[in-house]
Amino acid sequence: MNRTIDSGHCRLTWPALLASLWLVATGAMAVPYLPTADQQVLERLPLAPADPVARELRALRQEVARQPERLDLAVQLARRYTELGRVSGDPRFAGYAQSSLGRWWALPEPPSEVLLVRATLRQRTHHFDAALSDLATLVRRNPRDGQARLTRATILQVQGAFAAAAAECAALRRLATELVWAACAYGLAGVNGRLRESHQALAGLLDRQPDAPPEVRAWVLSMLAEMAVRAGLDSQAEAHFRQALAIDPGDHYLLAARADFLLDRGRAPEVVRLLAAEPRSDALLLRYALALKALKAPECDARVEQLRARFAASRMRGERVHLREEARFTLELLGDPPAALALARENWAVQKELPDLRLLLEASLAARDVAGVGSVRQWLAQSGAEDVAVNRLLR
Amino acid sequence: MVTAGFLSMRVLRALVLLFVLLAVPPALAHKPSDSYLSLEVDDHGIQGQWDIALRDLDYAISLDDDQDGAITWGELRAHHADIAAYALARLELSADGDGCPARVVAQLVDEHTDGSYAVLRFAATCGHVPQVFTGSYRLFFDLDPQHRGLLRLQHAGQTRTAIFSDVTPVQQFQLGETTPLRQFLAYMGHGVRHIWGGFDHLLFLLSLLLPAVLIRVDRAWNGAERFRDCFRDVFKVVTAFTLAHSITLSLAVLDVVQPPSRWVESAIAASVIVAALNNLIPLARNSRWLLAFIFGLIHGFGFASVLAGLGLPHAALLSALVAFNVGVELGQLAVVALFLPLAWSVRKRWIYRRGVLAGGSLLVIATASVWLIERAFDLKLLL
Repeated sequence: MNRTIDSGHCRLTWPALLASLWLVATGAMAVPYLPTADQQVLERLPLAPADPVARELRALRQEVARQPERLDLAVQLARRYTELGRVSGDPRFAGYAQSSLGRWWALPEPPSEVLLVRATLRQRTHHFDAALSDLATLVRRNPRDGQARLTRATILQVQGAFAAAAAECAALRRLATELVWAACAYGLAGVNGRLRESHQALAGLLDRQPDAPPEVRAWVLSMLAEMAVRAGLDSQAEAHFRQALAIDPGDHYLLAARADFLLDRGRAPEVVRLLAAEPRSDALLLRYALALKALKAPECDARVEQLRARFAASRMRGERVHLREEARFTLELLGDPPAALALARENWAVQKELPDLRLLLEASLAARDVAGVGSVRQWLAQSGAEDVAVNRLLR
Repeated sequence: MVTAGFLSMRVLRALVLLFVLLAVPPALAHKPSDSYLSLEVDDHGIQGQWDIALRDLDYAISLDDDQDGAITWGELRAHHADIAAYALARLELSADGDGCPARVVAQLVDEHTDGSYAVLRFAATCGHVPQVFTGSYRLFFDLDPQHRGLLRLQHAGQTRTAIFSDVTPVQQFQLGETTPLRQFLAYMGHGVRHIWGGFDHLLFLLSLLLPAVLIRVDRAWNGAERFRDCFRDVFKVVTAFTLAHSITLSLAVLDVVQPPSRWVESAIAASVIVAALNNLIPLARNSRWLLAFIFGLIHGFGFASVLAGLGLPHAALLSALVAFNVGVELGQLAVVALFLPLAWSVRKRWIYRRGVLAGGSLLVIATASVWLIERAFDLKLLL
């Protein structure tokens, strides 16, 4: 069930190595060329202009351009783009959302609607402290702002600040529906020593609430799926994934979690089927390449090169948003444990969820770094976090 | 027979792999929006290449005329004038405060990791030789504040990079400090780096130098007795190599002869094999300098392609050429200065004759054979 961390590259052949060098040398891009046929398709757009969503967004964009003083329209457009970005994992939408907010974005204390979108986008680019400060402003203005408290709880949990996250969840009790509050509280308890009880309680609650809005159901189900995976309850995890994907088949976060579940269980062919048609965020492309590697598919080398070029492009931009993916890529597809460990540590300094912990452990084991393994043990003992995959690695 | 089988299998696997690489459909990748702006500044003006994502251009000025969600070459071509106008209106280049108006000379297409890009090649002329160069960039910041313009600026053999963002839309570079001396030193540095980083040149030279501290008596190698003889031998080889590659380097840079680089690169790999093979089966025993000269001619063409890749200043072509060559020679002398005393001190040991000379030459042959196959195979691909 462990990810293979010993074998490095897909197939280390001279041609592959040379092709990689060639790609790196040419900046992973071909030479500019002149297409020969007018019918040649150069690019497919994520949203065709005739698509209803695209039409609606275009209309809204024009409206915002016509009435730039209308805060409600600007926020509406920004929220649409933010949501599109979340579901697709496409970072360009975050930029469009930011632009929709126009001059309000740069204000130190913009209106509350703007603050919430700004905090969400800042969280997504891993500017956690800036996001927390926006959310703190929201809570100061309105202590009964449930959405702000929930987002704060999520970020604090990612940072490993469990006591502060628990305080936000507790405050949610009177501000949100029972299901949302419970998901916040049980999600947190599930990484603090009460994994199985939390999973059971939250699953029971969801069963008793068939009328909950679909987006809340999908969110709770994805949380339940991850809890079941960590608890080793495979058949339940399977059911949660299926239900969640039935509501939102294109959710990129959910797809990544599902792919990890399948990869861990040696079900790579299903991963290829799951992701073959999906647009490729770094996270999904990584899982796709890992599945190809497991299947010893020749296409693997090309995907590895694509990922390598993507991480290089992101470094050129001066950005390190996908440290988690880059560390796993370096460990499992490049087979370079010392470099992977450095990245996994850098990632751990930013986010402290269980996948981050597992990555730190796998990289430490592969690099034979005793101190790294020790720090993982210590974190587990302190937090009470559980994960059958992590436990197996430590045995 | 063994080599033939090895070769065909390698080539076959390589072809399969490259087929896969080329067959990868236009990437559906997700990535924040970036454009790639590359500028070469010389005394006459600026040569630029600007790669802008089709997706971003479509978001700004709508390229998908038939609204089917796919941008074709025909649609892109129909918008060439709009694209040139839109992009160039958002980039201002200036020399010491005076604008350098740009015009597009060609529009091509290229693939980056997240899809197809429009490639704008443009030329800008400044009224005078820039001392302080300024780039002011506004592309897409109004539509996507997370857009970045990744700039690569080449001037006098130096490359600098910068990132244009909505908070840093203006970038300034001091070019005026490039005195002729500084430029000379820059190109000299490239020469040194190239000889040290170019393993093929080093292996060639070392293969020829390895037997210099030995004498061949009765079909067996023995340590030489007089340092003067060794020194003369090394001197002859190094001088012949230097003379030869200086000749072809100059011929290529001055545009007299320019053989195709894939041919040159393969021949360089072959030259390394021959040089090392000569240590195992001595043919050119006392005339290794002749080998050095003949193959040095080919290595010179190899240096020329590196120098061409650095971007040469028109005004100071000769000085750049001389500087690069001096750099190569200095790098080479440093290798010899390290090699000769070391080899001299161990020349009578068994390990030098069997291990270093024979074993080392075998290793060199193996390495260079792989190079040769790979370079020859690249030639097949490019044809």
